[in-house]
Amino acid sequence: MLLVLFWTFAIVMLGFGAAVIVNRNPIASALNLVVSFLGLSVLFVLLDAFFIGVIQVLVYAGAVMVLFLFIIMLLDLRAEKVRKINWLTFGGGILVSLSLLIQILAVIGSTKIAKQPFPPLASPRMDDVRSVGLLLFENYNLPFQVIAVLVLVATIGVIVLSKRELR
Amino acid sequence: MITLGNYLVVSGILFVIGFAGVLLRRNIIIIFMALELMLNAANLSLVAFSRFRVGPNGLPDYNAQVLVFFVITVAAAEVAVGLAIIVALFRVRHTTHVEDINTLKF
Repeated sequence: MLLVLFWTFAIVMLGFGAAVIVNRNPIASALNLVVSFLGLSVLFVLLDAFFIGVIQVLVYAGAVMVLFLFIIMLLDLRAEKVRKINWLTFGGGILVSLSLLIQILAVIGSTKIAKQPFPPLASPRMDDVRSVGLLLFENYNLPFQVIAVLVLVATIGVIVLSKRELR
Repeated sequence: MITLGNYLVVSGILFVIGFAGVLLRRNIIIIFMALELMLNAANLSLVAFSRFRVGPNGLPDYNAQVLVFFVITVAAAEVAVGLAIIVALFRVRHTTHVEDINTLKF
């Protein structure tokens, strides 16, 4: 049952992910990306990472993709016109991607732990939001605060960048 | 039986899709979306390893999930800054096609 769910959502995610880079229309690409992220969040839930699955939906499929769609509509981008393709760079890109894929698959194929199934978890399960939260505020308190400063800097940076005239 | 390798293969394929998108597409917004795909592929393999390393108390290794949390936060900030740069670029050059942005090209 889990295997069926895993492959269904993995294929959905990869199929819509491939559709993102094949589509000519940026809006269609963005909507395909939303579905791909939803499939990915299901995979996170299948890995018992419920918290990560939820923030994947909230942050990526929600906030980030709304931002993408907003910018695409603000810039009023239409489907790209067909341009002449430089076959040398196109073939080179495909070649490099395929060799990366073969390399990744070879490494996974030659790793011993990749063939082992996942070990079972303790049966009365502690909810994982609590565990992640405890770890985040105890062991990773300083990185957490640094991230807060980073987000603040990003906010100020976005305001400065979107001002009408840059000085 | 689902093995760790299944998740790693899916994550690897997703990474290659994103990588191919960055190399092959010429629209800067779609290149940016392909970057997001690559970040998510890395997150998937991190969560798979976290679930694989079950400690003596029968819980997954939550350190990896905290790292994923940080990656998602940084990615959200990066998307905001990147899209602001794209908007600023569009105001000046009126294009999102990377081949039209060639001032620094030799």
